[in-house]
Amino acid sequence: MSETVRKRGSTGYLLLIPGVLWLGLFFVVPLYSLVATSLFDPSGSDTTGYTMTYHWANYSHVISDYWQPLLRSLWYGALATFFCLVLGYVLAYAIAFKAGRWKNLMLVLVIAPFFTSFLVRTLSWKLLLADDGFIVNTLQFVHILGADGRLLATPVAVIAGLTYNFLPFMVLPLYASIDKIDPRLIEASSDLYANPFVGFFKVTWPLSLPGVVSGTLLTFIPAVGDYINAELLGSPNQRMIGSVIQSLFTNANNYPAAAALSVILMALIVVMVLFYVRRAGTEDLL
Amino acid sequence: MTTATTTNRKVNYKQGSAAGRWIRHHLVLILGLLVLVYTFVPIFVVVLMSFNDPTSRLIYRFDGFTLHNWLNPCEAEGMCGALSTSVQIGLLATLGSTILGTLIAFALVRHDFVGRSSMNLLIFLPMASPEIVMGSSLLALFVAAGRGGQLGFWTILIAHIMFCISFVVVTVRARLAGLDDNLEQAAMDLYATPQQTFWRVTFPLVFPGILGAALLSFSLSFDDFIITNLNAGNTTTFPMFVWGVAQRGVPMQVNVVGTVMFLVSVLIVVGGEVNSRRRSAKLV
Repeated sequence: MSETVRKRGSTGYLLLIPGVLWLGLFFVVPLYSLVATSLFDPSGSDTTGYTMTYHWANYSHVISDYWQPLLRSLWYGALATFFCLVLGYVLAYAIAFKAGRWKNLMLVLVIAPFFTSFLVRTLSWKLLLADDGFIVNTLQFVHILGADGRLLATPVAVIAGLTYNFLPFMVLPLYASIDKIDPRLIEASSDLYANPFVGFFKVTWPLSLPGVVSGTLLTFIPAVGDYINAELLGSPNQRMIGSVIQSLFTNANNYPAAAALSVILMALIVVMVLFYVRRAGTEDLL
Repeated sequence: MTTATTTNRKVNYKQGSAAGRWIRHHLVLILGLLVLVYTFVPIFVVVLMSFNDPTSRLIYRFDGFTLHNWLNPCEAEGMCGALSTSVQIGLLATLGSTILGTLIAFALVRHDFVGRSSMNLLIFLPMASPEIVMGSSLLALFVAAGRGGQLGFWTILIAHIMFCISFVVVTVRARLAGLDDNLEQAAMDLYATPQQTFWRVTFPLVFPGILGAALLSFSLSFDDFIITNLNAGNTTTFPMFVWGVAQRGVPMQVNVVGTVMFLVSVLIVVGGEVNSRRRSAKLV
């Protein structure tokens, strides 16, 4: 294929303007309003209006009030991302190297369950993990769970739900990366007397790193912000930060606190992502 | 190369029974299929529960078989209204985001402009931001603009178009970048005007990408809860309806909708696959 020649002139700008305006007005400007709102004086309300007093204390207040759900969200998100990586890697590897002519069908099957409503899917996990359900009874029978042990309303259910719901975000980028690996390289490693484990960790894994990095990011970021799983499968002890922000906005009408918490969440994620991408040495992804 | 592999495999799998060898040889595929089965477990539950005849609204378990839910989907109070709101928003959001995103994709692949890297960042960021942050910043904007009392259909639509654009750009850009531009050059060589080349050659070739982007937008919009819930005011979409009944007792009709969504998407994807196979067969 010959190199595409990019046309110069004003047409490019004309094509960009409508979409850029939309994203600017409804994605960039709102981020600014969010930061502004987080510095409003907390004495106002959404009916009487807020005054801008650069009230930085909003930040220290929400951190001291809500550091627990904040850390919990990051922790649950990280665990769910790890489990997604393990499950997703097996699946993506199987599709890329072992599925043969069933490759396309398997890819379709990976995505298909996730077209069913997120909430309906999560509700059916609630049924599956119920106290008198098959899974809990089996686990009680083999004494993994105690006689009155349960899964619902525990961190296990929340993390399992997060893992399930964000799995395709992991599988698809992993598949894209693994599928590009030349299988002859893996054969070569085994010809050179590497056992399958050494072959995997010296050849396949490093070559799939771009997929691992983008897959973990695409899983971790939405999982940290999610609160559907925590609310439907967990108890107030598993409350995640998204749920705190949501109720500060809609129930408590405390806009400055909610906005400050949102800004903190975004900042934490940006810092973690930048650090992670640096460490993984895949900056060109961004 | 092939012989080398075969001998090597022979060395590796010499020990063990035939069954053990078979399992070891297919271990990854078996594990992969198990993961796939796991992704289908809740879908099985959704389909099963759509035929459930519940004895009580508060106990969520399978009590008996009935077709009642399928024959009376709108019996669940408020569900069909929420569904119709979701479909309307979904269609409009798809239309808006597909147009805006496709234009951006063409600009990115085919045109030269200043600020390419900040453009890429602007496309990437909405996909990498947690929904709760995007939702709350939009709400902060609407309130700051004095629209806090007018949240509803239009604010949801604005939000949905916003978060779908990036996905459209990425999908259409991939299709456009993979296009063989020899075909367009051939059209030009045969004295087609730029307009004719675009509408007869370029656009039909990019169209499957645009269609895919539109389907993706619709399902993203239809399924969104976190951003919608913050900016909805008194309007209720289907996911918000499910959220509400999850606290009070779930009508089984919700599972009918879940099953239909699953079947429709499988049909669309399989149909697309068959269609593209038939086309490539024709070309050969």
